[in-house]
Amino acid sequence: MTSISEDSDKEKVRSVSVDLNNDASLVIDIPDALCERDKVKFTVHTKTTLSSFQKPEFSVPRQHEEFIWLHDTIVETEEYAGLIIPPAPPKPDFEGPREKMHKLGEGESSMTKEEYAKMKQELEAEYLAVFKKTVQVHEVFLQRFSSHPIFRKDRNFQIFLEYDQDLSVRRKNAKEMFGGFFKNMVKSADEVLISGVKEVDEFFEQEKTFLLDYSSKIKDATAKAEKMTRSHKNVADDYNHISGALNSTAADNNTAFKKTISVCVLQKLEDRVASDQELKLTELLRYYTRDIQAAKDLLYRRARALADNENSNKALDKARLKGKDIAQAEENQKQCLQKFDKLSESGKKELTSFKARRVVAFRKNLIEMTELEIKHAKVRRLKSNNTLYGSKLSIFLLCQKSLGY
Amino acid sequence: MSLCHFYPSLVIKFFRVCVCVCVELKMAASSERSPPPFPDSEEPELLEDSDEGADAFTGTSISEMDSPSPDSTRPPKDIFNEPPEDIFSDPLSNINSEPQKKVDAKIPSPSSDEAVDLFSDPLDDDSEVMSSPEVQNPMPDLLNEPVEAPKSDVLGEPPVHRDAARQQDVFEDPPKSSSKSSSVKKAASSEMFGDDDDDEDLFKEPPKVVTKKPQPSGPPVDVFTEVKSDVKVKPQVKDDPTDLFAEEALTAPAPKPSAGSSSSRTNGVHSEEQDLFSEATVELSLDSPRNDRKNKDAVKPSVSAPAAPVASSSSKAPSKTLKELEEEESEDKFDLNISITNPEKVGDGMNAYMAYKVSTQTSLTMFRSKTFTVRRRFSDFLGLFEKLSEKHSQNGYLIPPPPEKSILGMTKVKVGKEDPSSAEFVERRRAALERYLQRVVSHPSLLQDPDVREFLEKEELPRAVSTQALSGAGFLKMLNKATDAVSKMTIKMNEQDVWFDEKIQDVENEEQHLRKLHVMVESLVNHRKELSGNTAVFAKSVAMLGSSEDNTALSRALSQLAEVEDRIEQLHQEQASNDFFTFSELLADYIRLLGAVRGCFDQRMKAWQRWQDAENMLQKKREAEAKLLWANKPDKLQQAKDEITEWEAKVTQYEREFERISATVRKEVIRFDKEKARDFNRQVIKYLESLLHSQQQLIKYWDAFLPEAKAIV
Repeated sequence: MTSISEDSDKEKVRSVSVDLNNDASLVIDIPDALCERDKVKFTVHTKTTLSSFQKPEFSVPRQHEEFIWLHDTIVETEEYAGLIIPPAPPKPDFEGPREKMHKLGEGESSMTKEEYAKMKQELEAEYLAVFKKTVQVHEVFLQRFSSHPIFRKDRNFQIFLEYDQDLSVRRKNAKEMFGGFFKNMVKSADEVLISGVKEVDEFFEQEKTFLLDYSSKIKDATAKAEKMTRSHKNVADDYNHISGALNSTAADNNTAFKKTISVCVLQKLEDRVASDQELKLTELLRYYTRDIQAAKDLLYRRARALADNENSNKALDKARLKGKDIAQAEENQKQCLQKFDKLSESGKKELTSFKARRVVAFRKNLIEMTELEIKHAKVRRLKSNNTLYGSKLSIFLLCQKSLGY
Repeated sequence: MSLCHFYPSLVIKFFRVCVCVCVELKMAASSERSPPPFPDSEEPELLEDSDEGADAFTGTSISEMDSPSPDSTRPPKDIFNEPPEDIFSDPLSNINSEPQKKVDAKIPSPSSDEAVDLFSDPLDDDSEVMSSPEVQNPMPDLLNEPVEAPKSDVLGEPPVHRDAARQQDVFEDPPKSSSKSSSVKKAASSEMFGDDDDDEDLFKEPPKVVTKKPQPSGPPVDVFTEVKSDVKVKPQVKDDPTDLFAEEALTAPAPKPSAGSSSSRTNGVHSEEQDLFSEATVELSLDSPRNDRKNKDAVKPSVSAPAAPVASSSSKAPSKTLKELEEEESEDKFDLNISITNPEKVGDGMNAYMAYKVSTQTSLTMFRSKTFTVRRRFSDFLGLFEKLSEKHSQNGYLIPPPPEKSILGMTKVKVGKEDPSSAEFVERRRAALERYLQRVVSHPSLLQDPDVREFLEKEELPRAVSTQALSGAGFLKMLNKATDAVSKMTIKMNEQDVWFDEKIQDVENEEQHLRKLHVMVESLVNHRKELSGNTAVFAKSVAMLGSSEDNTALSRALSQLAEVEDRIEQLHQEQASNDFFTFSELLADYIRLLGAVRGCFDQRMKAWQRWQDAENMLQKKREAEAKLLWANKPDKLQQAKDEITEWEAKVTQYEREFERISATVRKEVIRFDKEKARDFNRQVIKYLESLLHSQQQLIKYWDAFLPEAKAIV
C-alpha cells in the first residue's frame, strides 16, 4: 500500500525510549518498512563485527509476527528467567488512519477540492506518524537485545537477524491463544498464592512494592497522557477545519476577511505539537508501562523460584522425617536454591540497571519534549506575531484607503 | 430637473428646501452642460420637477417616453395636489404645538455655516450665469415673510408661514410657466430626454466606475423622498437661511470653535458642519420626540449636503463625495460609552430575573447628564429591539438583533446556585447585551430614537410584556418565516440593480460560511476545554508518579512537570474562554446580524412588491379607461380618470418608497460591511494577541522546566 523510506528521517532525533550502549560490534536498525494491507514487512538491517555471524552486513525482511515469536521463545527459555526480557512491540495499529481514509472516500463527493486535498494531506501525515512509531518500537525491541550482553548471544536472536528466508512462524491459533490466556490466568492466580511467601531479601521486597506502585501510577499517567494528546489532536483538527472554513470565507469575501486567513497558518503547528508530544511523552510512558511489566514478570519468576525453593525445602524436611528419598529431595532442594540464588543475583543486577536506564530515558525524553515545546511555542509566537502585524498593517491600509490616500 | 440655468429665486428656494438635496448631482449635471439653451420660463417648471423628486428621474420619465404630451402636465398636478395638503395639515399641528424658541436659538449656528457654504460655493462657480445680486434677490423675500407674519410669536409661526408663502410661490410661479412650459416642453422634450439620460448616467454610471457604488445615488434619492414625503422637515430647515440673513451673517464664524475638536479631518469645515448640524438636531429632539424622528431624517441628507458644494466644483463629483461619505462614515463615532455591569439576580424562584446595570458616559448634549446609570432586565432589551424594529425596519434600517432568549440557561440561573455554568451564562449574556447596545447606539439614526434614549436614561421603564412569547431567536425566526413565505408567494423579483443582486447573494453565502465557521469554533472551544480538563488530570497523575518515583531528581522533575502541566491547563482554559468570547461570540453576533440584513432585503422586496402591485393596478385602470373611451361613456370616464390619477399617485408614492428603502438598505448594508470589517479586525487582533500571550506564557513555563529536566542525574 505505502512504502515509506525511513532514510530521510534518520537524521531526525529518534525517540528512543531506552538508553542503549551503542557499541559498534552489533548495530541493528530498520531502515525500511513496507505496509501491505494489515501486514507490515520490516527490513531488518544488521551490521556486525561478531564472528558468530557469517557476514558483516546483511538485511532480512521480517514481519511483526516474527518479532513476537522471538519474544516468546526468549521468554520460554529457562536460563533467561533472571533477566528483564524486553517487552514485545505492540501490534501495528493502522485502524485510526484507515478508518479516516474510509470516511474520506465516502465524503469525497460532498467536499470541495481543497478540502479533500487538505484532508488527504492530513491523513497522510497521520498515517506516516503511526507508521514511524511502529517501526520505531520494533527497532527498539531489537536494539534492546543487541545491547544486552547475554541476549545478543542468543541463538534464536541471531537466526532472526540472519536467516533470510521466511521464518515460517504462524500466527497463534485459537488453541494457543486460549493456552496463553489460560497461562496468564494461572500466573495471576499463582501471583496471589505466592504473595504469601515471605520475602527473604529486603531489596526485592522494596523493589516489589515500588514496582507495583509505580506500574499502577505510570499506567494511569499513560492513560491520561493519551487522553490529553488525543484532545490536543482534536484541537489541532479544529484549527485545521477553521482554517479551511476561513479560507473559503475569505475566498468569497473580497475585503474584510482577507487578513484572517493568516490565522490558519498557526493551526498546522498545533498538529505538530500534538504529535510530538505524543511521540515523546506518551511513548515514553507507554514503553515503560511495558518495561515495568517485564520487570514485574522478572519479579514473578523470582518469586516463583523462591516458592519453589521453599517447597523443596519443605520436601527435604519431609523426606528427612520419613527417612526415604533423602538424596533426591536434597538434590532437588539444592537445585532450587541454586536457581533462586542465581535468579536473585541477576535480577538484582537487572533491576538496578533498569532503574538507571529509566532515569536516563526519562531525562532524555523530558528534555527533548521540553525543547520541542519551546521550539513550537516560539514558532507559533513568531507566526502569531507576524499575523498580528499583518492584520494591523491591513487595518492601517484600510484606514488610509478610506481617507483617500 | 436640468439645473443648467439658475433661476435665482427658485434656486434659493431650492437650496432652502433641500439643503440636503444632493446638490452634487445637480452641480455635476450643471457643470457638464453649463450653457442654458432654454428660456427662463422653462426652468421653474423643471426645477419644481426636480424638487418634486424621483419621478423626474425615473418614474415619469419612463411614462413620458411613451407619450410625452399628455403626461407632461402631470408632474405639476402632483405638486399642486399632494404636497400642499401635506404641508398645511401636518406641520401646522405639529410645529405649532412645540416650543420653537429653542429650535431657533440653536439652529442658526450650524445652519449658518452651511448656508454660507451653499451660497458661497455656487458663487465661486461663476461659470454659471449666477451672480450675487441675483442670489440676494430672494433674501428680502425670505426676510420679509416672517416680518409680514401677523402673529406676534414670530419664532413660533414663521415656518408655517414660509411654507404658505412657498406654496404661494409654487402656485404663482409654475402655473404661469406651465402653460408655456407645456409647449416649451414639447419643443425641449428631446433635450429633456437627453437630460434624463445624463442624469441617469450620473446615477448609474459612477457606481460602476467607482469602487463604492451605492453612495452617489444613495443619498440623493433619500433626500428627495425625504423632502417630499415629510414636508414637515422643511420648516425647520427653512429656518436656517432666514436666520442666517437676519442675524447670523456676522456671527457665523462663532460656532466653529465649539466643534474645533474635529479639526484633524481633511476638510474640516464640512465635517464640522456635520457635527454641528447633528448636534443641533439633537438639541431639537429634546423637545419633541415626534419631531425628533423627522429631524433625524433631516440630519442625514444635510450631512451629505456640505460635501456637495465642494464636489460640485469639480467634474468628479461622485467620487469626491464618495470619499466624503466614507470619511463621514468612518468618523461617525459618537462620544458615547455604554457598559453593562453588575448582573444581579432579583427575586426568587421562577419569577427571578437578572438585572443589569447599564452605565452611559457621554458628552452628547442630547442627554441630560454626562454619566448616568439605569438598571435593566433582559426583557427590556428585547422590548427595545421590538420598538425599534416596529418603527424602523420597514424603512430598511438594519436593527441590531438582541441576543437570543435562552430558557434553559435562565432557568438554570433561576434555580441554580452559584455553579460555574450559570455564571458563564450570565457573563456571556452580559457581554452580548453590551455589544447589542453598543451596536444600537453606534447607529447614527437609531441613536436619535427617543426609545433608545429613554432606555438609557429613564429610571423606570414600563415592563415589556410581549417579549415573553416572541423574543430573540423565536421572534426573528417568525419574522424570517413570514417574510420568506411572502417572498416565496410573490413572483421572483427581477432585480434591476446588480448591486443588490450581488449583495444578497454575498450575504447568503457569508451567512453559510459563518455558520460553518461558528460550528467549528464552538467545537474548538469544547475541545480546548476538554484538553484543559485532561491536562489537569494528567498533571495530577504525573504528580502521583513523581511522588512514587524513587530517584529524587527524577521525582522532582516529575512534580515540576506536573506543575507546568497545571499551568498549561490554566492557559488552555483562558484560551478557551478567549476563543469563545472573542471569536465564537463574534461569529454568533454576525450570524444574527446577517439575518437582520436579510430582513432589510426582504423589506425592500416587499416595497418593490407593493410598487409592482400598484403598477399593475394602474395598468388595469388604464385599460378600463380605454374601454370606456371605446364604449364612449363620458359619465364614467371622469371617474376612471380620477381613479387613474389616484393610482398614478400611488404608484409614484410606492416607487418613491421603494427608491427610498433601496437607498436606505444600501446605505445600511455598506455601513454594516464597514462595521463588520472593523469589528472583525479588532477581534482578530485581540484574538491573535491572546494567542500570542499564551504562547509566550508557554515558552516561559517550558523554559523554566528545561533546567529541571536537565538536572536529572
